[in-house]
Amino acid sequence: MSAVEFHDVHFRIGDRIILNGLTLSIEPGETLVLLGRSGSGKTTALRLINGMILPSSGEIRVDGKTTVEWDRVRLRRGIGYVIQEGGLFPHFTVERNIGLVPRLENWPEGKVVARVTTLLNSVSLSGGDFARRLPRELSGGQRQRVGVARALAADPKILLFDEPFGALDPVTRLDLQREFLRLRAEFGKTSVFVTHDVQEAMKLATRIALLHEGNLAFIGAPAAFEVSPHPEARAFLDVLHEARRAQ
Amino acid sequence: MRRVVLNNALNDVLQDLLEEGVQLLGEHLVLVLSAILIASAIAIPAGLFLASSPRARRWALGFASVGQTIPSLALFGFLIPIPFVGGIGPHTAILALVIYALLPILRNTVTGILGVDPVVRDSAVAMGMTRAQILRMVELPLAAPTIIAGLRIATVTTIGTATIAAAIGAGGLGVFIFRGIASVDKLQILAGAIPAALLALAADGALGWLEKRFSR
Repeated sequence: MSAVEFHDVHFRIGDRIILNGLTLSIEPGETLVLLGRSGSGKTTALRLINGMILPSSGEIRVDGKTTVEWDRVRLRRGIGYVIQEGGLFPHFTVERNIGLVPRLENWPEGKVVARVTTLLNSVSLSGGDFARRLPRELSGGQRQRVGVARALAADPKILLFDEPFGALDPVTRLDLQREFLRLRAEFGKTSVFVTHDVQEAMKLATRIALLHEGNLAFIGAPAAFEVSPHPEARAFLDVLHEARRAQ
Repeated sequence: MRRVVLNNALNDVLQDLLEEGVQLLGEHLVLVLSAILIASAIAIPAGLFLASSPRARRWALGFASVGQTIPSLALFGFLIPIPFVGGIGPHTAILALVIYALLPILRNTVTGILGVDPVVRDSAVAMGMTRAQILRMVELPLAAPTIIAGLRIATVTTIGTATIAAAIGAGGLGVFIFRGIASVDKLQILAGAIPAALLALAADGALGWLEKRFSR
């Protein structure tokens, strides 16, 4: 069974059509990158997965059940969510931020503490007293690492990333992209990753889903994307070739 | 001999003022604390509820604002003839003081909750927190400094307004002030005004400290 399925999903706000009949499946363990311009509907598609919004028509199935059928609190506890600005609670220490969902799930305290320590190591924030720091005492890159650790904490089956490295400097971004690949090898989660950065998409995706004005323009492996004839794919590939030429 | 007699007389006056002052201070504290506790019990939950309803918010804040515009002595006067809650005495005064204390507490509670970063709130929802958990663990702690600031303003102004309660027989430090005005006795006036001012400063300081502690 697929981890996530979109069945002819439409999403409208008033007269504006954001998603125009999106149908796709996301397989367990894959990293599906939702690529597209601003306003192409990629963040909307992401937020339909964890029920932050509901479709105007069509259905999204997670683990077989539609998002409308799911108890949304339980759905979200099983899905990790990393956003661009981090969304860490400013009044919680790093430890409390990461341990949030485990504690909501009533894990024994010892297990939570151990989990936080493990995750801090996994995101290369071991040593020092990171656990006791507040988000405002961290750099942007460190905050994003904590955000990823928080998303992984309760061992969810699915991870959602909404342009998580967009606000970071290029060096830190590269660092975190590498971290993402390492974590994927270590934890093997199903990931849905939104970005408008075609290089990032090529680097991280097992499959790329290109969204254009609410429609699916392309879906397939990066190698297939590189030879896609679709105009929108060509537009992004132009960007990629420019960047490579500049190197 | 006459100097000694005069000194003794002065001592007696000061002693009487002190004894009565302590009693009036106690009455004043009862008026203020009752009013603040009741106003908080109404305004804080109301504020939490109103934060999610812009239309109800306008009505409630409008009502509380109108309450502010009524001159205090007039409000005390209006309430006297009302059955049950009216009449001469502390409970009428407390009712009026509650009405005055509502606006700052209500408005600050609403502002505090609305001031929580929407990204943080969105994040909390996405983590799978229930509405109650979000309120308890995220919104209230982050809104606390603003809510306490509202309590601080309400408390300080209530300490001042409570001096007028003496005019309707509710006791408090205002008794000294009104008596001093009536008998043109500066010492009496000060005996009421200075403790009230000190009390206001102390409340302002204590709640200000609390506000800062929550702002960490």
